Amino acid sequence: MHTAIAELEQEQIRADVPDFRPGDTLKVHVRVVEGNRSRIQVFQGVVIRRQGGGARETFTVRKISYGVGVERTFPVHTPAIDKIEIVTRGRVRRAKLYYLRSLRGKAARIKERRETAGR
Amino acid sequence: MTKQIRGVLGTKLGMTQVFADDGKIVPVTVVAAGPCVVTKVRTPDADGYSAVQLGYGEVDPRRVNRPETGHFAAAGVTPRRYLVELRTDDAAEYTIGQEVTAETFTAGELVDVTATSKGKGTAGVVKRHGFKGLSSSHGTKRKHRAPGSIGGCAYPGRVFKGVKMAGRMGGERTTAANLTLHSVDAGRGLLLIKGAVPGPAGALVLVRSAVKSPLAAGGRPLTRSEAK
Repeated sequence: MHTAIAELEQEQIRADVPDFRPGDTLKVHVRVVEGNRSRIQVFQGVVIRRQGGGARETFTVRKISYGVGVERTFPVHTPAIDKIEIVTRGRVRRAKLYYLRSLRGKAARIKERRETAGR
Repeated sequence: MTKQIRGVLGTKLGMTQVFADDGKIVPVTVVAAGPCVVTKVRTPDADGYSAVQLGYGEVDPRRVNRPETGHFAAAGVTPRRYLVELRTDDAAEYTIGQEVTAETFTAGELVDVTATSKGKGTAGVVKRHGFKGLSSSHGTKRKHRAPGSIGGCAYPGRVFKGVKMAGRMGGERTTAANLTLHSVDAGRGLLLIKGAVPGPAGALVLVRSAVKSPLAAGGRPLTRSEAK
């Protein structure tokens, strides 16, 4: 990659993104534009994957809405996200939590991660 | 009708993506445009046509031949690697030695980008001309990407000239028309052009104002949103 392109991508990266991992539960505050006014919508769920790197990195949040599983993928550094709140940190043993799709209710719970020194 | 074409030579650096103001991802090609220098102004009186000659790129002066050295000396500029002429009716407004940079363009404009496309070598008809090939089943044997029939039988008794067949593909001068200029980074001399541009990274590209877009008042090409 050319250094000028690397610089361009570096400029896109947001510094205010918290450090989160698959298994964590997030509240993603999304800016929704309707006509000419915009409002903030909160999408709360479990992060089931983080994919890509640099300015292109994306993450997927899964939640159960009225009994239906809903997944939304956001670019980590998109300006459309107002802020990301971490609700709980989860202890999981893999990077991609696709197995949650076949589980529901109690089975789909994720154990909370105990904070250790230096994470 | 007078046409006022602005243009700049540059180097394609590659592609990336940027976020638009509304948060949408825009795929862009990054072109390091200019700085170019005006080496000659062609006028109808002296040359029979109106054009601006631009020079771009560093070159070792020892590698420039005598006629070209003389040409650059006449313009009073150091030799450049590439020369290109832009046919435009407002050529008289340029002066020899003037710098042409990425700031020639403004964000949102439509541009045409000309470059030599990537060479593909000998390519079959499916890749080269977009033929569908033959069926993958129904008895087709070892002929899945073949062109099929290339003509008649006893009449005309020959294959017509110009029938699309396999052969050398790519490596030719190509123009991608009506691309939107996403943004101009004047500080670094970068043009961010939405979409793909012909040629490999590192290729010489000529960015010109779009010729096929309807002209707005003043001869400035319309931006895509205005054209609607």
